[in-house]
Amino acid sequence: MSAVFLALQDVDESRPIIEAIEKDNPEAEIDRQPAMVRITAPDRLVVKRETVSELIGADWDPQDIQLVMISFGGNLDEDDDQFMIHW
Amino acid sequence: MAKKLNMRERYKLMTRLGWETTYQPMDRVFPYDKYEGIKVRDWDAWEDPFRMTMDAYWKYQGEKEKKLYAIMDAFAQNNGQLNVTDGRYLNALKLFLQGVSPLEYQAHRGFARQGRHLGGDGARVACQMQSIDELRHVQTQVHTMSHYNKYFDGFHEFPLWHDRVWYLSVPKSFFDDANTCGPFEFMIAIGFLFEYVLTNLLFVPFMSGAAYNGDMSTVTFGFSAQSDEARHLTLGLQAIKFMLEQHEDNLPIVQRWMDKWLWRGYKVLSLVGAMQDYMLPESPMSWKEAWEIYFEQNGGALFNDLARYGIKVPDYAAICAKEKDHISHQVWGILYNHTNAAAMHTWVPDQKKMDWLSAKYPDTFDKYYRPRYEYWKEQEEKGNRYYSQALPCICQTCQIPMGFTEPDDPTQVAYRSCEYKGDKYHFCSDPCKKIFEDEPEKYVHAWLPPQQIFQGNCGGEGLDNVLKYYHFNDGADNMEYVGSPDEKRWKEWKGLNPDEGIDTEAKAS
Repeated sequence: MSAVFLALQDVDESRPIIEAIEKDNPEAEIDRQPAMVRITAPDRLVVKRETVSELIGADWDPQDIQLVMISFGGNLDEDDDQFMIHW
Repeated sequence: MAKKLNMRERYKLMTRLGWETTYQPMDRVFPYDKYEGIKVRDWDAWEDPFRMTMDAYWKYQGEKEKKLYAIMDAFAQNNGQLNVTDGRYLNALKLFLQGVSPLEYQAHRGFARQGRHLGGDGARVACQMQSIDELRHVQTQVHTMSHYNKYFDGFHEFPLWHDRVWYLSVPKSFFDDANTCGPFEFMIAIGFLFEYVLTNLLFVPFMSGAAYNGDMSTVTFGFSAQSDEARHLTLGLQAIKFMLEQHEDNLPIVQRWMDKWLWRGYKVLSLVGAMQDYMLPESPMSWKEAWEIYFEQNGGALFNDLARYGIKVPDYAAICAKEKDHISHQVWGILYNHTNAAAMHTWVPDQKKMDWLSAKYPDTFDKYYRPRYEYWKEQEEKGNRYYSQALPCICQTCQIPMGFTEPDDPTQVAYRSCEYKGDKYHFCSDPCKKIFEDEPEKYVHAWLPPQQIFQGNCGGEGLDNVLKYYHFNDGADNMEYVGSPDEKRWKEWKGLNPDEGIDTEAKAS
């Protein structure tokens, strides 16, 4: 098992994404650092379009994560429904 | 009405733009994608996991730029330069602009070249996007720091310095080395190792540190750039997997490049270690901690993943593990000794900083480095602030002055040498020596600043002439921070007593 990580800017647009991650990835750990939030999870982390869209009350495109993402570690698999990092 | 295409379909249609040429054979159209020995059976197997297409690219990059420039404007309008923790902080930005931003430009050129020369169209499109990203990075960095150039020394001629000044030959020669490789080696060197393993160390903890020190402008360009890096490291990872999956003969070639470039990048990053531990007045994370998270933990996970292809962690990882307790302190020592010929200021860390370093480096700081700083401080107080008057012997491969110690003996400077065609060459470490011995005909051409100065190619004899060749404002751009024009102005702006230091200010407030 290896940890994957996702680092997001600590800005308003990241909040629903982080909330969705917590909902869909019970094992995710959230670490708040200056100006950024670093999320780690064992093996796999997923950001779902459906969850984020529900939280913001509007359609959210997984590609929009580009605007707040700082970095990540792992293999990426992205399509219209989700943004997934895995080892 | 036709159904809207999904992301996978859009990606296929908008990146597979190549064709089999008929006027000229493919081997003449792509003359460089065979000689390195990498065998490719099927370029169509290439896929960008982000499935990024040009329309989405422009949309997202445009939005990122708007946000970044809004912050930069607000920073300038609010005299944001006055809100950083201390005038010393600016030296980290000087080193960044002199040493890192020109590498962004070099990366722009490198990816433009691979965007022309790789044989597969999916890979070429991804390289072309990255090439535009890299150009954006150098432009936003220069633009952000141009604001500081109005108020501080050491920013004004960074492109010329990158080409001429001794310590900047470390990053410059690193990228010259990469840009003179074939397209596949470049993809491993920069696309994979630099982007995947190393830029995280530069752009994530260091930029978070910039925010911690009140520099909202720099943290924003840093994170904005690193969001592109997330795409780049994906391209790099795709490149290495693609090579390994295409043919089993590619494995030993890729492993050799991996071993070479991880070490090359590691040595360049030692400068970032000094920036993070010493130049950030307030440090949220030490270099060692950043190394453990982003190299040992994340890099380790990556190597675990690549193990199924037969890729091994380089043998010298054990050296890196030993050096993480030393490297930032040793680089700071080198910069302190030679800051009379550097476009930045250095200083002895104050008590508060030394206590922080002791806590972060409990096994080494008090034993090896604190006594050194206390001695230097004592000498400064007697009016003997030390500046080296001699040119250092530097490593033929990484071009860093010989200042790193033996991995198992922190009191002994490491030194290696070899002979090639009757000439003697010097190295800082076993891996740097091995890299030379693998490709001696490349590295004998290295442009080594001390040798060039001695040959009279850098303005003539004596430090005065060399500093003129460097276009330094002697006494302003260089030398100790305490007593510098930067410090004097900083104290005036902040209403501090000119004779007192930062410690006193902290007590008063």
